[in-house]
Order: sequence, then C-alpha cells, then structure tokens
Amino acid sequence: MSPTDAPVESAAVALRDVSMAFGGKTVLASVSLDIAPGSVVALLGANGAGKSTLIKILSGVHTEHGGQVSVNGVPAALHSPLAARQLGIQTVHQRIGEGIVPGLSVAENLVFEELAQARGNPFRGGRRLLARAREIQSALDLGWSDAVLRRDVTELGISDRQLLILARALATRPRLLVLDEPTSALSAAEAERLFALVERMRSEGIAVLYVSHRLGEIDALADRLVVLRDGRLTEDQVKPFDWDSALRAMLAQAQETTTARPRRTGEQGEVVLSLRGVPLLAGHPPQDLDLRTGEVTGVVGLLGAGKTELARGLFGAEPFTGGAVELDGKPYEPRRPADAIRGGIHLVPEDRHTDALVPGWSVAQNISLPFLRSLSTVGLVSRSKEDALGRATIEQLGVVARDEHSPVEELSGGNQQKVVVGRWLAENPRVLILDEPFRGVDIGARRDIGRRARALAAEGAAVLVLSADVDEVLEIADRVVVLAAGEIRLDAYGEDAERDRVIQTISASV
Amino acid sequence: MTTTQSTSVPTAAPSAAAVGHRIQNAVIKYGFIFVTVTLFAYFAISEPSFRDSATLLDTLRYVSVAAILGLGVTLTMAVGGMDMSVGAVAGLGVTVAAKTMVTYNQVGTVAILAVVAAGALAGLLNALLIVVLKIPDMLATLGTMFVIQGTKLILVDGQSITPGMTQSDGTTAPGRFTEGFLRIDRGTFLGIPGSVLIFGALTVVAWVFLARTRWGRVLYAIGANPEASRLAGIRVGAYRALAYVLSGVLASIGGLILASRIGQGDVSAGTSQLLEAVAVALVGTSVLGRGRPNVWGTALGAVLIGIITTGLTIEGLPYYTQDVVEGAVLILALVFSFTLSKRRTA
Repeated sequence: MSPTDAPVESAAVALRDVSMAFGGKTVLASVSLDIAPGSVVALLGANGAGKSTLIKILSGVHTEHGGQVSVNGVPAALHSPLAARQLGIQTVHQRIGEGIVPGLSVAENLVFEELAQARGNPFRGGRRLLARAREIQSALDLGWSDAVLRRDVTELGISDRQLLILARALATRPRLLVLDEPTSALSAAEAERLFALVERMRSEGIAVLYVSHRLGEIDALADRLVVLRDGRLTEDQVKPFDWDSALRAMLAQAQETTTARPRRTGEQGEVVLSLRGVPLLAGHPPQDLDLRTGEVTGVVGLLGAGKTELARGLFGAEPFTGGAVELDGKPYEPRRPADAIRGGIHLVPEDRHTDALVPGWSVAQNISLPFLRSLSTVGLVSRSKEDALGRATIEQLGVVARDEHSPVEELSGGNQQKVVVGRWLAENPRVLILDEPFRGVDIGARRDIGRRARALAAEGAAVLVLSADVDEVLEIADRVVVLAAGEIRLDAYGEDAERDRVIQTISASV
Repeated sequence: MTTTQSTSVPTAAPSAAAVGHRIQNAVIKYGFIFVTVTLFAYFAISEPSFRDSATLLDTLRYVSVAAILGLGVTLTMAVGGMDMSVGAVAGLGVTVAAKTMVTYNQVGTVAILAVVAAGALAGLLNALLIVVLKIPDMLATLGTMFVIQGTKLILVDGQSITPGMTQSDGTTAPGRFTEGFLRIDRGTFLGIPGSVLIFGALTVVAWVFLARTRWGRVLYAIGANPEASRLAGIRVGAYRALAYVLSGVLASIGGLILASRIGQGDVSAGTSQLLEAVAVALVGTSVLGRGRPNVWGTALGAVLIGIITTGLTIEGLPYYTQDVVEGAVLILALVFSFTLSKRRTA
C-alpha cells in the first residue's frame, strides 16, 4: 500500500495526495491511486467515507482540492465538469434521471453531448442525427432498432436508460469511466447487460472506476479493489480478493481497541416487540425477530441489507408488506408514524437533515415538535415549559449550543444529532430505534449518545441500533444481529458476537 | 457533562464587514416599516386631509377585505402552499349572501352561515385536490378559482342580484339585504367601522393561532420540512387540509364584508381582490425580515398598501395608476425577502 512517488507512466488516471476538507472537516486525506487502462478498479467504502467527494473531484465538480490528478501522465486541471469530460473522464451518476432529457428521442439523448456543445449547424437534420445515433448503437452492440431510437426516451425502461447513459459516455471514447452505484436500480438480469458492457470497455482499454456496495458484482467484475474509510485508502487488493480483510477495512475501526462493554447474557428482559414472518426486502424470505426490554440490540449489515426497511417498518413510516408484529403481546400494525409514537416506539431516522430537523427553528423548538401536546394548555404552547425541556435535553446529552434558542443550523453535526435523539427521549419510549445514529458525528457526541442509549435500556426500554459499522455496534450493543440481503444471518449475545465472527458472517454472505 | 470536539460559536469581531453586515440586517428587518412610516409622514405633511382620522379609517376599511383574504393566503403559505382561489371564494360569498337574502328572503344570520359554509366547502375542494389528488397547490387553486367563478355565474344565471329585481321566472325578488347585514361594513362601534373591527379581531385570532398554538407550530413545521413533520408523528395531510379550509372560511368572511359594502349581488365582486391578497401576504413575509409568512406582516402589508394607494389618490394620481404602484410595492417587498435575505445567509 505504499504509494509510489511518481505517477506510473501507463496509468490512465493517477491521483497523487488528493485531499479535500469542508469547513475544517477532512473528508479526503492524501489519497493516491493509479488506474491502469483496461482495468476495472472497485472502490468500496461505507457512507461518509469520502467516495462521493472523490467522484466529484474526478468529474470536475469539486475543484478546490489538494494534490494532483494526472491523465495519461500529464497533470490535469479538472476545473469544471466539461473540462473533466474533455480530458476523457466520464462519470455516470447514481441517479439515472439526472442524465436523461425527457421529451427528446432516444437518438437525441444518445448524441446529446454533441448537440449541447452546439458546434456546427444548429439546424442539423434529424437524418444525420439518427445516423450518428445508429453508429453509436452498432459500435456498442446495444441492439436498438431505428424504431427504438426514434422513441421518446421516457418510454424506455430503467435498465435501457442506464444503458443509454453509459452508451453516451462511451461514445466519447473516454480514458476513464466512473460508474457510481450503476446497478442500484437494476434487477439481476438487467445488471448482466451492464456487466457485458463493462467487460467490453475493459477489452477496449478503457479504465473503469466501479463504485458499488454489491460485493458479488465486484467479485465478478473487478481486477482490483480499494477501500476508502474516513477519507483514506485503507486497503488495496488485486484479484482474488480477501473479503474478510476488505470488509474489516471498510466497516471496522482501524485499531482493535474497541472496548467491548459488559454484555448481559444471563437474565433476559420481556419481549416488547416480536416480528413473525415479516419480509424486510421484497422477494426475500420473511424473518422473525424479538426485541427485549433492558437491552441494546445492534443490527449490522451493508447498505441494502434491509436495516432501514426494518426501522421504517416498525415506525410505520413505510409499513411492512406482510407478516405479523406484536407489541406487548397485542397485534401492532402501525400505518403511520403517529401510530408508532402512540405505542411508545420512537425513531431517530437515518438522515437528520431531510427526515428530522426543521431548518430555521431553535434547538428547543426542534426538540418539542413530536410532543407539543404535552407542552400545551388549550392548544397554547407554553414557552417556559418548552424552554425547560430544551435546557434539560441540552444538559442531559451535553449538547454544545449557546442556549436552547440557538438556531439548530448553528450546531455541529454531532450536536444536531443529539438534538434529534433528545427529541425522542422527551417522552419515555418503550422502543427507541436509532438508524445510523453516528453518521457524521464526532467521537465525543457518539460517546454521549451511546451512553444515553445504554442508560435508556437500563431503565427498561428496548433499544435498536442499526449501523453498517461493526465497531459502532459492538461498542453499544448487548446483542448483535447480522442482516444480509434481508435475512438474519447471526443473532448472538456477548462473547458469541465477537468482532471476527460478525465480520465473517457478513463476508460469507457476499 | 463532558463534551469533546465541538465547535464553539465564534465571537463577532467588530470589523468594517461586521458593521456593513449589521446595517444590511437592519435594512432587511426594518426596511419595510421605515418605508411605511416615511410615506405616512410625507403624505401627512403634504396633504392635511390625510391626517384626518376619517381618512385613516377609510383606508383601513378599504384594505380590510384584501387583508382578511391575505390572512388565509398566509395560512396556506405557512404549510408551504398557496391559495389562488381566495378572490373567487370572496366573490362566491357575495353571490351566496345576495341569493340567500334577496331570492330566498332569509335573514342576515342565515346568509352569514350560508356564506361561511360555502367558503369552507371551497376550502375542502382545494384540500381534496391538493392533499388527496396531489395536484400542485398553485395549479389546483387556479383551477378551483375558475370553477368557483363559473359556479357563481350559473347560480345567478349570469346576472347580478339586486333587491326588487325581476327574476327569470317573471316574479319580483322577494327579499332584500337586511339592515343588520348592511351594518357589517357600514355600521360603526366607538366610531370604528365594522369591517375594520373584524379585520383587527381576525388578525389577533390568526396571530394567536399561528404563532402561539401547537396547531400553528405544526403548520409551520410542515411548510419547512414535510417529511420530518411526518416522521415526528404529524398527520401532514390533515393539517394541510385544515389550512385550506381555514383559508376558504377567511375568504368567505371577506366576501361578507364585500357584500355588505356593495349591498347587492354583484357578479364581478371579489375578482380584483386576489392579487391584492397575495401581494399583501408576500409583502408580509418580508416585514421584520422573518422571511416566512406571518400574520403581523400580512396585516402591516395591507396597511402599507392602503396608505400608499390612499395617499397617492389624495395627491391626485389618477386611479388607473394604482395597479402599477401596487405592483411596484410587491416587487420591492420581494427584493427585501428574497434577494437581500438570501445574500445575508450566503
């Protein structure tokens, strides 16, 4: 893993000590990587590891970065998306919709970049346009007839759209193609077509940076894999891959100093929530799970394992599609979050900005939102009660804020997260669900939140923590559940849930 | 409690930039109030008749309908929406009032109930389109605006209803606008016109509702982040529907005042109120630099537009220049609330 000092002559694209910081927070720290022509390099990393920042640097979106990017051994100035494309770096983004222009035909979309650059005759005839589109389709073997090319692009299915965007990128004969989660919206059969295209690129000498969390695909496609964690490249392997080691690099802390908490193994609390035959992901077998009082259950799994589906289902945000759930032995079918809250089931959602915080509001107002009723008399909100609740939460969780009236945007990420957690502690939950509670949260805040969650369990609540980070879960949980492809692969307490076993269970399900 | 690695709020150093910043903040916050007070002083000095309390009350009376409609618009803006049908609903109120009293010979109280019921119904229709059928608010209410205006015409066979008119079946209309009903706008209490009192009372009620109750708080939460509101256990659809129904009711109250003022079922009544109501609510968002719809802002915006139009009329500006002036005021307000406040956060 020791980076060579000079870029390898033959590298299609070489990164040297590329770094980037946002508002003092380092998101990429001295990343060096050579991507050889005709090779497929897989980039792995948990959310927030810096993958999207790296992609944005390569595609010319983030321009204020440190270090150097070279294309074919020549230092490159990626000062705009157009500049990146002209230098031969094409990026296909995760959201397919972003690249498609509805209302235009398939052919027009295929040659869109040439159209958009508007050189030559603006009234360029449809015949020539179609001819160019035909050329692209036959060169890439897309199997699209003229009838398909003339269709409106919105008539294409999702996989054909994906193919179209890839074809458009390839038509420019790029040196490096960056594919960001290209199969996230595709079925297995549709993904096969994509893989065939990737194979083709490799044989034509195009370098591919393949970003995905689907380990099976990487195993089949990639020649080499690198892992990004906390902005650093922590792993660099060539085929055959050692998945244990890759997952360790991706999901676990760098040092093995995680102090496992004393885990409760003997006496068990009562079952609060019990799931029977609940499908977590469509098309995957239904699952059973019991949550008990007095313990913290940690659910680990990669992105797409069904963690968020479990959390949102229990909270009624996206009801389960089948099976039965019981709360204290009685049927529990939350159809909306209000039902769950009434039953004492609270959720700290995965994304605090889109799903929890109200921008422009104070800390106290953000805390009081779900339980305004108990702060009001005849509908009038008592400011003094609200402020007292805000101060109590600030005190209890150690929120760093000027006072309870500070706008919530002024707080750091970790303190904002504490506000969201504190909101749900205002009225004692029977079950507290924390979905990725430590994302973008500093160590101090993580410790404070973890301590509070453990205290809540000790008071008799059931706490459910969902995370892709093995060590985060081991740090806080009494019991560890491993989820992969919507199935529970491991459910163990204390000693039985040691780090290696958890990681092996995840990698075994690749 | 121990905490580590947290950002502290930087203490402001008094630099030239900071002073400039503060001036800009003051302009955003008090700019509009300053404009209002300055204009008021100017008119008061240059035109003695402007100082007359009767003129002032007339001004308030003149703006009361647009202001009340604007309160409804403010409620829908709080949930992140817009109600373009308020003018039409007010017009419907005029027709329903006339129809109830003149054609069906009912007393004023019945007319009032009928008008408010019609307003609530119109609000429910908007709620159905926006909340259940998921049509964008602006388009949905634009649609209902036309439907309501059309319904109103069908209701009266396209004619204005006047007391003593000959009806389509050849008979004479039996009823008339009752004395009590006419006093809504024309009557006074302690020298203050009824419509001004209603405007004042509704402003206070709407302010308490929106700024002090948990329901108002929830409306603002929905406007600021609907998904977070849903995940906080709020029935987002029900509250958005509530905002539109309340807006419909407020618009119908505006219609009652209008009917009382005109004293007949004028089919064209209310149409001109829409843009004024929307303008008033938008001006309101810029008042005090809050950058969000608020009741005092809307009321103050209405008063400001009233002062400007009355003042300019007294100054001798022809009535047909009024639209240009009101439009300019609206654009100025939008500059305050969008352009300037955006720059502040950037």
